[in-house]
Amino acid sequence: MANMISDETIEYVGILAKLELSGEEKEAAKKSMGEMLDYIDKLNELNTTDVEPMSHVFPIQNVFREDEVTNGDESAKTLQNAPSQKDNMFIVPKTFD
Amino acid sequence: MEKKELLSLSATALGAAVKAGKTTAVEAMEAVLGQIEEWESIYHCYVTIGKEAALAKAADVQKKIEAGELTGPLAGVPAAVKDNLCTEGVLTTCSSKILENFVPTFSSEAVRNLERAGVVLIGKTNMDEFAMGSTTETSYFGVTKNPRNPEHVPGGSSGGSAAAVAAQECFFALGSDTGGSIRQPASYCGVVGMKPTYGTVSRYGLIAYGSSLDQIGPLTKTVEDCAAVLEAITSHDCKDSTSVKREDTDFTSALVADVKGMRIGIPRDYFGEGLDPEVKAAVLKAADLLKEQGALVEEFDLSLVEYAIPTYYTIAAAEASSNLERFDGIKYGYRAEDAAGLHQMYKRTRSQGFGPEVKRRIMLGSFVLSSGYYDAYYLKALKVKAMIKKAFDRAFLKYDCILGPVAPATAPKLGESLSDPMKMYLGDIYTISVNLAGLPGISVPCGTDSKGLPIGLQLIGDCFQEKKLIRTAYTFERLRKEEA
Repeated sequence: MANMISDETIEYVGILAKLELSGEEKEAAKKSMGEMLDYIDKLNELNTTDVEPMSHVFPIQNVFREDEVTNGDESAKTLQNAPSQKDNMFIVPKTFD
Repeated sequence: MEKKELLSLSATALGAAVKAGKTTAVEAMEAVLGQIEEWESIYHCYVTIGKEAALAKAADVQKKIEAGELTGPLAGVPAAVKDNLCTEGVLTTCSSKILENFVPTFSSEAVRNLERAGVVLIGKTNMDEFAMGSTTETSYFGVTKNPRNPEHVPGGSSGGSAAAVAAQECFFALGSDTGGSIRQPASYCGVVGMKPTYGTVSRYGLIAYGSSLDQIGPLTKTVEDCAAVLEAITSHDCKDSTSVKREDTDFTSALVADVKGMRIGIPRDYFGEGLDPEVKAAVLKAADLLKEQGALVEEFDLSLVEYAIPTYYTIAAAEASSNLERFDGIKYGYRAEDAAGLHQMYKRTRSQGFGPEVKRRIMLGSFVLSSGYYDAYYLKALKVKAMIKKAFDRAFLKYDCILGPVAPATAPKLGESLSDPMKMYLGDIYTISVNLAGLPGISVPCGTDSKGLPIGLQLIGDCFQEKKLIRTAYTFERLRKEEA
């Protein structure tokens, strides 16, 4: 495998991805990510020096519309899906000491 | 009408029968629910079935049909919807633990369009978790089995939708296609499936995977149904900034059995190593049939085919890692208990709520977008995407459609795919570049292999050229029926 993923890289990716991985999951992730990156490295066979990156297939730029309110107050409905709520607000765990 | 005969009808034939008073929306729904009762314990096409609501809605729609308020070709037809399309008041899970209890407060635009057409929803179909997979085996709610042979997978990620159509547990279904997720299960289950041009069907209310690639489309029994359903769900929508305002959306007008002069290109690069000989023979036979009818068929080199998969997995994983950030245990869905603080709650919720394939792609996506690697991986992939799009542009200067297989082989056995994700990803080789280039593609049954498993023919068109695909597919379907 050309791409050896270090413990530090997996730790860092775990932070970015907001995932808590077990030791076993970390080892599996190192292996599978290395394999995928080896495969993705195939793209380096192509010379893309003068190619513009394409994020969208159509030449659509910004799409503007008037900022008009079309919906009503749906807070009660929305909160029905909340894992925890109180007084028309979401409850979250302690955020700072 | 007798139940067996009713269930065998296509969606448009059923719509016509309801309109003519030969049957009713309620009778059709009862027949489908009976079929579900009989087979669902084996196939497991659905995550959620809303029996009472479906019967009540069918009665309501029947009244409106009789009153002349609903007159469309799909009025009164029972249909299923993939479980990543939001449905107001109906559980929408994406086949993930993290959304196991999510009940949307609004419906996706595609579903609303179906409801406006008088279609009656039966329930939500099983899928690979967050549409990440090719077999429907990554679902948190268990696997779906292929109704053509229950030892095999139905394909994925819209496996539940394809299986439900094949098992007559609905008259048609909606799916979503990010890298082949409509066309490949349609091929494996022997039904018709279409991914429209990017921007044709509003993505509002579709739980996003790879936003620049995702597109909703129909899974149906016939090409005629496919055109009718596509016509019903297509709309310009201000709520989706990538929605395209199209004029030529009368797709059913392309149901013409005539391919004289149709220029069809067969990419040599789609018929090389890795393609099952039986699939190859069936697809080339389809090309011959079209040629006999006056289509101008020739081989050409598309190029860059082997770069589509690495490009796709870079872009799709990057977009997935960003799109799936919203699942944090705060506003909806699963929340991990016993976390000491906010940050730990986020991490535990996501680690417990997502399955292994989803985590794998989120991690890869986070990596290719991280500073230091962004240019080498993500930007590189966007450049190759531009090259792939150009290769298709060149091909469509010469051809009206590109013809090839949907997948390199027929449906694998259950349990054979997940142990080797790389191998599973390679199965997407013929479908994936269509999403990268934003093109329409259709999968039509074109035969069976020696094990009796269906083989799919794929037709790819230039952007906004769905009508050419429908015309060609419709002609082929008729020829195949005549032959049988």
